[in-house]
Amino acid sequence: MVNHAEIEGWSTNEMAQKVALDIPDASYVNLGIGIPEKVAGYVPEGREVIYHTENGLLGMGPSPAPGQEDPELINAGKKAVTAIPGACYFHHADSFTMIRGKHIDVCVLGALQVAQNGDLANWSTGEPDAIPAVGGAMDLVAGVKTVYVITRHTTKTGEAKIVKTCSYPLTGKSVVNRIYTNLAILDVTANGLKVREMAPEVSFEYLQSVTEATLIR
Amino acid sequence: MINKLVPTVEDAVADIFDGATILISGFGEAGSPIELIHALIDQGAKDLTVVSNNTGSGQVGLAALIAHKRVKKMICSFPRTANSTVFPDLYHKGEIELELVPQGTLAERIRAGGAGIPAFFTPASVGTPLAEGKETREFDGQTYVMEKAIVADFALVRAHTADRYGNLTYNKTARNFGPIMSTGARKTIVQAERIVELGEIDPEIVVTPGIFVQRVVHIANPAQESKLVAENRRYPW
Repeated sequence: MVNHAEIEGWSTNEMAQKVALDIPDASYVNLGIGIPEKVAGYVPEGREVIYHTENGLLGMGPSPAPGQEDPELINAGKKAVTAIPGACYFHHADSFTMIRGKHIDVCVLGALQVAQNGDLANWSTGEPDAIPAVGGAMDLVAGVKTVYVITRHTTKTGEAKIVKTCSYPLTGKSVVNRIYTNLAILDVTANGLKVREMAPEVSFEYLQSVTEATLIR
Repeated sequence: MINKLVPTVEDAVADIFDGATILISGFGEAGSPIELIHALIDQGAKDLTVVSNNTGSGQVGLAALIAHKRVKKMICSFPRTANSTVFPDLYHKGEIELELVPQGTLAERIRAGGAGIPAFFTPASVGTPLAEGKETREFDGQTYVMEKAIVADFALVRAHTADRYGNLTYNKTARNFGPIMSTGARKTIVQAERIVELGEIDPEIVVTPGIFVQRVVHIANPAQESKLVAENRRYPW
């Protein structure tokens, strides 16, 4: 058990903005469902980023205007999207050739837990009555060149999410490169989790007190 | 003469037998061959193994096939969806089997089956519960898990445009599993919104070559699953 995090730190939108700043111009990017989708709203002026959605679209655009939704033009979260000029459609084997074949530069995923060696758990809490569902997460972490995680630093009940070892079933071993939380940005290095940036009012000592994993300055 | 067009959905699914393995296209409702699935419910085949990314929603389409206890086992990557209650209920009661497969592995198992490749090695799922009990091997210092191809008896596929040779094109992200599932079954049965004369589909843009397709049925105005679910419709009507 770690101390309950009392500092709110960055908002979800600010976290998404931090991620967007770290995505280079001309990247091919896959955004997970939920908070990761917000990253698309913060790409800095002058950068061109192409979004991949694993159900079969490269060049995904924003949500359509109300009334313009097409049930056959959706994203991996099954929500209506648009296709930008220059977009293309493809079948699932091609889509996962892009993912597994290391053609996608960056993916941004949510997490239940991340361990200090970069292990990710984000598909199942392992509870016996839960219906397991995995989707494309295991393929993404196995094949995308850079894997970013965006998550709150602790759970709503104060449990650590940045841990020494994941207790939930893994999505992949040593796959995460960088973690963006409401309190800090952490790089997964060979020596452990290195603090890259901290939110206003957050000290290293405070950050360590709400983190189960051992942090490096 | 080659003419793969059949007059009705009943003709299209008539020979599907008990215990068959069936690939069903679609990612959620996009690309789901809802009229063929309803015809399969009417036809009555049971003890089916169904390979599809999801398990359907509401009480129509794939969810209705499952609700009628025709499916013994689901092979899929994401059995939960908004408005998906039929599969979770049966799964909790222990009345349906689930083989959970990472989405890309599912796609590649189908592609490999259609391509005559019996198994392959993938990095996805290594070190996770989904790789337990499976053979692993190292290539160039990285560990991979062996996955076996899926070869099915039938595929039910939704396309947009077809001709009598079975050449197909699709609509936007409704393409998803259609092209690989067409290759992965001994008999591929297609519902298409438009039927055109030979040559009207530019050979350069044919997505599924007709050789992979055995039957095509014309469904000009397929039902929209999410509308049926919103109206609480239930199949059979």
